Amino acid sequence: MTVDWKFAWSILPELLSGLLVTLKASLVGFAIAAVLGLVFALARRSRSKWVSAPVGGLVEFVRSTPLLVQLFFFFYVLPQYGLRFPAFLVGTFALGLHYSTYTSEVYRAGIDAIAKEQWEASTALNFSMTRTWVGVILPQAIPPMLPALGNYLIGMFKESAQLAAITVVELLQTGKIIGSHTFRYLEPITLVGILFFALSYLSALALRQLEVRIERQHR
Amino acid sequence: MHNREQSGSRTASLVWAAIIFLALGISLGVSWAGKRPLDLLPTMLRGVVVTVKLTIGAALLSFLVAVLAGIARASKVWLIRTVSAFYIEFFRGTSALVQMFWIFFVLPLPPFRITLTPLQAGIMALGLNVGAYGAEVVRGAILAIPRSQIEATIALNMPPGLRMRKVILPQAMIRILPPFGNLLIELLKATALVSLITLSDVTFQALSLRQTMGRTKEIFTLLLAIYFLLAYPLTLGVRWLERQRRWA
Repeated sequence: MTVDWKFAWSILPELLSGLLVTLKASLVGFAIAAVLGLVFALARRSRSKWVSAPVGGLVEFVRSTPLLVQLFFFFYVLPQYGLRFPAFLVGTFALGLHYSTYTSEVYRAGIDAIAKEQWEASTALNFSMTRTWVGVILPQAIPPMLPALGNYLIGMFKESAQLAAITVVELLQTGKIIGSHTFRYLEPITLVGILFFALSYLSALALRQLEVRIERQHR
Repeated sequence: MHNREQSGSRTASLVWAAIIFLALGISLGVSWAGKRPLDLLPTMLRGVVVTVKLTIGAALLSFLVAVLAGIARASKVWLIRTVSAFYIEFFRGTSALVQMFWIFFVLPLPPFRITLTPLQAGIMALGLNVGAYGAEVVRGAILAIPRSQIEATIALNMPPGLRMRKVILPQAMIRILPPFGNLLIELLKATALVSLITLSDVTFQALSLRQTMGRTKEIFTLLLAIYFLLAYPLTLGVRWLERQRRWA
């Protein structure tokens, strides 16, 4: 018995619909990570220790524990407080929260890289705090961060497979379900791997192009 | 500026830690008489042993694979370079979980017919996955060695094997240590995935405790705390290593 191409072809539509769920989870999760990461980075820079210390502790804690355990935690513990959400939502939030601790480091490095004179100039021009951030600091800080953020987007795409553990029928779970129904694992799980690989590799190549373009612009 | 912030934040962090500790205790219903939630610890610790074993096993495998593939990636021979590039890109292009499922579900079937125990499958998947990331670190470190070092070994008429062992690798190792420390932390966290292929690590123990006892809040809070206690010393160690290097 070797690869059954006809079978592989027949399960492709089902796998592609699983891939769609994977894509949705990683994009929504990334949006959460992008916003929450910025909030964490700004809060950690706060001059008040009553803000920066707990946020710093939270970020370190989330970073130091596995995503899978966080998924289980939210999936099983939230309903005990009467908070019932669909598994997809819980999974996407946990994914976004986990990666926001990584993106917050990206933001932090990017903000630290802005020259001191930019801050001084904003003060000299009597800009408000909001205007300094929105008009001066972030527009300069964010473009050089894009490649690093993109890498985390690809990472989230791959790691979203862990949502399978909390019953989300994404790409990997779809492959597993097909396997358990047909008793054939070779084609579904291999195809799952190929689909993950193809998309993440192509996006990594695209990202390298973007990196080159950004570097050229900012020289 | 950094120092002032650090010393000033200590009081605030301590107060916050105390508040969180108290709140956690109240919400979990900690009781000394019933020994809650410490009565769960013996079972969890049996899982910790598996998690640590798995981390060490996979770390050794990934180190070996990373050094071999990293050297091969910098090789002058096209075939060696390409094979190792395939390995690296493939294992970095999919997640450890997908690789683990493939090894666990597909390898035992024809045409492969290789049956591994869950522990072997876990070590293999995690070791090969992290090894691929490590190989890129090794390659980067080898390429970062100044050209003059290699020229000096040529001038001394050193054979390539000796050059690699005595000149290139010892210098590359110093650069490799902090990123490898970070990979070790990622590896430790990734070991939780083996609970999905029936290996009784600490996450698996927590899941089965939940099924038999309920007490979901306590079990998962304890589980998170255990992972934090395992991983955070590693984080502090890596930061220490990074500081050493900056001074060196």
